[in-house]
Amino acid sequence: MSTDAVAAIPGDTLRERIVDDLRSAIGDALLDSLVKPGDDVWVRVRTDAWRATGLALRSLGFDYFCFLSAIDWMPSPFGKGEDDPTAPAPERDDTIAQGYAGGETRMQVLARVVHPTLHVGVNVKCDVPDSEPVVESWIPVFAGANWHERETHEMFGIGFAGHPDLRNMYLPSDFEGHPLRKDFPLLARIVKPWPGIVDVEPLPGGSDDEEGDAE
Amino acid sequence: MTSTESLIDRRQLSYIAAQAADARLNVELETEGMTLNIGPQHPATHGTLRIIARLDGEQVVWAEPSCGYMHRGYEKLTEVRTYPQVTALVNRIDWLGSFANEVPFILAAEKLMEIEAPPRAQWIRTILFELSRIANVSLFLGDLGVQMGAITPVFMAFRDREYVLNLIEGATGGRFHPNFDRIGGLKDDLPAGFIDETRVVMKKLRNFCDEMENLLFGNEIFQSRTRGIGVIPKDVAMQYGLSGANLRASGVDWDLRRDQTLPMAWNKVDWKVWTHPDGDSYARCWVRLQEVRESTRIVDQLLDDIPSGPVMAKVPRIIKVPEGEAWVSTENPLGEMGYYVVSKGDLGPFRTKIRSASFNNISIVPWVLKGVYVPDIITILASLYFILGDIDR
Repeated sequence: MSTDAVAAIPGDTLRERIVDDLRSAIGDALLDSLVKPGDDVWVRVRTDAWRATGLALRSLGFDYFCFLSAIDWMPSPFGKGEDDPTAPAPERDDTIAQGYAGGETRMQVLARVVHPTLHVGVNVKCDVPDSEPVVESWIPVFAGANWHERETHEMFGIGFAGHPDLRNMYLPSDFEGHPLRKDFPLLARIVKPWPGIVDVEPLPGGSDDEEGDAE
Repeated sequence: MTSTESLIDRRQLSYIAAQAADARLNVELETEGMTLNIGPQHPATHGTLRIIARLDGEQVVWAEPSCGYMHRGYEKLTEVRTYPQVTALVNRIDWLGSFANEVPFILAAEKLMEIEAPPRAQWIRTILFELSRIANVSLFLGDLGVQMGAITPVFMAFRDREYVLNLIEGATGGRFHPNFDRIGGLKDDLPAGFIDETRVVMKKLRNFCDEMENLLFGNEIFQSRTRGIGVIPKDVAMQYGLSGANLRASGVDWDLRRDQTLPMAWNKVDWKVWTHPDGDSYARCWVRLQEVRESTRIVDQLLDDIPSGPVMAKVPRIIKVPEGEAWVSTENPLGEMGYYVVSKGDLGPFRTKIRSASFNNISIVPWVLKGVYVPDIITILASLYFILGDIDR
């Protein structure tokens, strides 16, 4: 009975409708959206409408809070740590390109909420201004956002206005820097390149050897 | 203020305090608040979780877990690894059910690459997934007794878990960290004799469940220490993102094995999602017990008709995952475990958000511990069931 219920969910129309419902709830604060039929939904909302989006989603029945995190879209200036530390740093592409549903800033907050009976989730993104990386806290919407926001604050340096207690979760309180930002070096890799990254040996007969130039 | 004045003040204060204390004695016994540190290392916390509890007498006024004693930075490390290398990392998130950690990541990579494992690989993946669930949760059931002073169940759990671990070792070569799942399929086929051996073990595990049910769940002490303790209502559980048995014990009929279409074999067999309306510690333990039983049934049915064929799809020798974003989560032994993988068309992920079950499950602790008595802290934590590596990642 259960598998039939899943099969009966019309993939695209259902997800399209969710985006439409959300648009009618928050208006032009919904900047961009992407629906992958039968897969997932991405929406991007205006920064000042972050909490309003959460509330709108809850009123649409998305009661289940899955996670909240952030993405730093800047390409890592350190690559994958495969460089020879003695050689001069190689040129790297540093254009910032955001993913699904677009974006304008280097960092984006990402959250996912799920509808408990339709079993459809929505990935919500919002831009975080580079000058003042603060968005509204989701705690009044989902109490469970508390720890996720603490973690995001610690790892990305994004503030959450209205959060009562943005203490570090993992790191010592006097730790400097935000480890999951791309410009935070993974020191172990800087000191000694990871041998595994070049250990992608093409097998005999393999035609791909893009990695052949790495030593 | 001069010293004489303050002396008088103090005398007055102590007099008033003494009067007040006398008066209060007849009303109720009030004690000063104290802060109790449980852990980081304590026999009654699983691993290095530290709970800071402020107490009023025997009652908890405020409590919070202090995490980070086992933070290994996997999200950052995935950014400098290639896709096939990541499974070796994510294996170690929930170390009691390692194989189950690999599956959602591999599925996310496969989703981005738009490939699907051949049916035989899907079947074997599901079998190993359920075996790791059985190994994981059977240890929980044994451990549960220890938290309440019963020593015997844990020996039974270790005894019977060993059979399951032997199966996993036989198939994958690793007892705890199989690292067996590959993009496009599995590293290897099942060894000879695996199917017969598994059937025997599943029977043993069902006996183990019966034993546990009689020994623990029928026990009066166990019941009085878990029934009505640590009740989490449905809407609170959803807000905090509780998942797995914790959510189902609050009466939410939700199982990701059933409720989403994944290239796995769960929807090919007949099984039941157990829920419990109470939402207390007992319900959480009871749902897990039923789930072990149900898992043995799933494995038994899957063994009946494993499709033949290859266990590996055609994949390029060097795996480059096309640009895109994908979210895949599965119903792991501890709850919903998911990976949000962002790919830039590179050899490794650009960013991986690891959504582990225990992080959400434990974030409810400050809420649920408010007002409980000190001995109940341990049973509530035990029934919420977390793995330290799964909180800190």
